[in-house]
Amino acid sequence: MSIMKRLGLIFRSKANTALDRAEDPRQTLDYSYQRQLELLQKVRRGVADVATSRKRVELQLNQLQQQGDKLQGQAQKALAASREDLAREALTRRAALQTQAEDLQTQHAQLQGEEEKLTLASQRLQAKVESFRTRKETIKATYTAAEAQTKIGEAFSGVSEEMSDVGLAVQRAEDKTASMQARAGAIDELMASGALDDASASPNSDIDRELAALSAGSEVDSQLAAMKQQLGSGERQALGEATPGDAASAEQAAAEQPDEQTREG
Amino acid sequence: MIIRIMGEGQYELSDDELEALNVLDAEVESAVLAGDADAFGSSFAQLLDRVRSHGAAVADDVLVDSDLVLPPGDADLDEVADMLGDSGLIPG
Repeated sequence: MSIMKRLGLIFRSKANTALDRAEDPRQTLDYSYQRQLELLQKVRRGVADVATSRKRVELQLNQLQQQGDKLQGQAQKALAASREDLAREALTRRAALQTQAEDLQTQHAQLQGEEEKLTLASQRLQAKVESFRTRKETIKATYTAAEAQTKIGEAFSGVSEEMSDVGLAVQRAEDKTASMQARAGAIDELMASGALDDASASPNSDIDRELAALSAGSEVDSQLAAMKQQLGSGERQALGEATPGDAASAEQAAAEQPDEQTREG
Repeated sequence: MIIRIMGEGQYELSDDELEALNVLDAEVESAVLAGDADAFGSSFAQLLDRVRSHGAAVADDVLVDSDLVLPPGDADLDEVADMLGDSGLIPG
């Protein structure tokens, strides 16, 4: 049988089953309406869940971006210090992060798509539930039980089909999101355990240590040079060149002079 | 006639469209039966496009039964096969 007809029949039989349960159809109107409201809540929770997952992926993407930028900076520093081996290591790690970021970007796009679909589904269902509520009040106020039967059937079937569809849409979104959440959780765990930190050059990573050692080494060199320069100028002062630093010894010399004058006088 | 694309909404189409849709639907069905993912992908996309381009979207607040129902646009071959089976994938 045709796919379109087969699915149509599946939906219709579900709607009929829901209606057949009713003894006085009017009593089931409120019950059905409650179920519709519950489903609406469920769809909205679904939208919120997918949005949470999307934001989590965004956070992870930001972290990967920062770590990638840092590795780039380290590669530049290493190259400036003529350590091509270190620079190569940093760039290799950056490329690995890049692959992970691309995977996350794909997930992000999928989550965004699911979020949009569920948001639209929730809007559609809300409009239908509102229509149903209006009809429900009219039916309860206007018709006898016998008359109500057909009117309720019409109202029921349209909303019941939407409920089946939305129910499945939420289920599919949950299934898709669950597998992405598992992967996002794995990345979070890697970050927490420090496994990704090592690969992405946190302050304690080996590349940072080597760069720190390099810059510490060059700092020592420059301090030594500065000291040597100071020593050099100290020697020149000792050779009698007048500088403000000599004021103390000049005073001392002056203080010694009266003694000489006393002795002379 | 009213056709629902699951997860997307309902469309109203002229009854004259049925013949063309049936041809595409038969292609989708045989692709599902043959397990041919490529053939399924292209004929299913054509079927959905035809409904979207030849149909008018039914307003959100209208309560109306669909005459025909199509799987969601992002469904793959396995999912469609499951829906047509008796595994009860469509929740009540």
